Amino acid sequence: MGRMLLTACVIGWFLLLILFPVFGVVKEAFQGGIGAFVSNLKEASAVRSFLLTFWITLGTVVLNTVFGTILAVTLAKQRFRGKLIMEGLVDLPFAVSPVVAGFMFILLFGPNGWIGSWFEAGGIKIVYAFPGMLLATLFVTFPFVAREIIPVLKEFGLQQEEAAYVLGASRWQTFWKVTLPSIKWGLVYGITLTTARSIGEFGAVLVVSGSIINRTQTATLFIHQEFTDFNYSGAFSAAVVLALISFGILVFMQKVYGGKRRS
Amino acid sequence: MKSAVNSKSRRKSRSSTPGDLVLRSLSFFYVFLLIVLPLIAISSRAFSGGLEGLWRNIVSPQALYSLKLTFIVALVMVVVNVVTGTATAWVLVRYDFPLKNLMNALIDLPFAIPTVVTGIMLVALYGPNGLIGGLFGRHGIEIMYAKPGIVLALLYVSFPFVVRTVQPVMIELDKDMEEAASTLGARPLVIFRRVVLPSLTPAILTGAALSFSRAIGEFGSIAIVSGNIPYKTQVASVYIYGELESYNPQGALGMSMVLLICSFLILILLNRLQVWNRRHEHAD
Repeated sequence: MGRMLLTACVIGWFLLLILFPVFGVVKEAFQGGIGAFVSNLKEASAVRSFLLTFWITLGTVVLNTVFGTILAVTLAKQRFRGKLIMEGLVDLPFAVSPVVAGFMFILLFGPNGWIGSWFEAGGIKIVYAFPGMLLATLFVTFPFVAREIIPVLKEFGLQQEEAAYVLGASRWQTFWKVTLPSIKWGLVYGITLTTARSIGEFGAVLVVSGSIINRTQTATLFIHQEFTDFNYSGAFSAAVVLALISFGILVFMQKVYGGKRRS
Repeated sequence: MKSAVNSKSRRKSRSSTPGDLVLRSLSFFYVFLLIVLPLIAISSRAFSGGLEGLWRNIVSPQALYSLKLTFIVALVMVVVNVVTGTATAWVLVRYDFPLKNLMNALIDLPFAIPTVVTGIMLVALYGPNGLIGGLFGRHGIEIMYAKPGIVLALLYVSFPFVVRTVQPVMIELDKDMEEAASTLGARPLVIFRRVVLPSLTPAILTGAALSFSRAIGEFGSIAIVSGNIPYKTQVASVYIYGELESYNPQGALGMSMVLLICSFLILILLNRLQVWNRRHEHAD
């Protein structure tokens, strides 16, 4: 009896909090029929915002995968002074408010910032332009790849790699043939998390972008803009598309998680 | 050839190879550029006007109100989330019901969905024109653009934290002790409180700390859901954004430093909890 009641309460809470809002937004988005939904999305500013999200996500995934892997290999295999501090710093972006993150990048890379003023002199804009938005997204997704593969690398140990060395493999060959296959699932999982967060990032990107329509507006910024302009059907339609992408990523994550556990 | 390989591996075990140094330098560069330098930039700006000016920004009535509101809604959310999260983990681990696997997979949905979309979805359902929000509105109860909406948004975005930290510990739990307690005549609630709960405490506290950390920094969903009314529904992160929007970075600095210091403290707390957790595991 108590068992059924508890199960019912938990399912009820889950439906009310997590699932029904999804149905709610889908219903609102299709209020004017499929035609209205499609034409909302075909609007030039909507299309451009999704394209910008795509490019930022691509850049973030490439850079954070390469540097995240380098960072993980360094932290897992080497000993050096300041390593503990560095490990702590890697986790920091998860704890920092996205708005504060964006603000920090404005202070550093803005027209009056230490690095920003230097680039500005060379005619390169960082903040309120693509590079700044990319930097902010790199910051908020910084820990994902490294955090996922550090435990695998530590567990994996040095033995197999040393065996490869002794057999005459170069450092590069060892990485491709021995290390990479062992961290494969962790790496894919970290990349998936990075992708999801890059697509969805809002606060940090909003602060550094200036949200210039058609120029520095990502999909999430577009949704926010439509919402604050009381253009609800536009906001609902774009939100449904992003929610669909999230569902896809979630399904993929479950598959990868299965693979990770098997290996 | 053979001697070269030998010297390579010997060097590896003693000191760093050139390759190691390259990797380490690249790592240092990346961490320095993306994390250390921004932190130095904001701290040096914050303290450049002296402590007094910074303090005056933090204790301005509007800032103080938003800071207080942030902590109150975060605490309310954490209490609810600990109860519902632990219950959800319990039901998923111990009971069987239709579509259980699907629900288990969907627990992570809030992490995959962009926070702005979360806000939009909650407005669509719980807003004045929404299916459920309209129902409440007819009885004079406001959910969106009011404090309950903020708590709801925080509950949504941090829902997986408690479930996902408690669940693995619950799976590993030894049922012998519970059975022994039951044989000795203890009632289910007593067993849960005296036998199960103590083993779950570190995991529950970790989930609570993660939720709290997320809540004090949360921006996207709240920006949509709260209406951002000063002295009513404006939280700390939205306050910072407001100051930046009105070209008053000085005002944003004080609050940013408060949030950053909170982030540091929570990271340290989480680290301690992890140590405690590990000790717990070894004790079992």
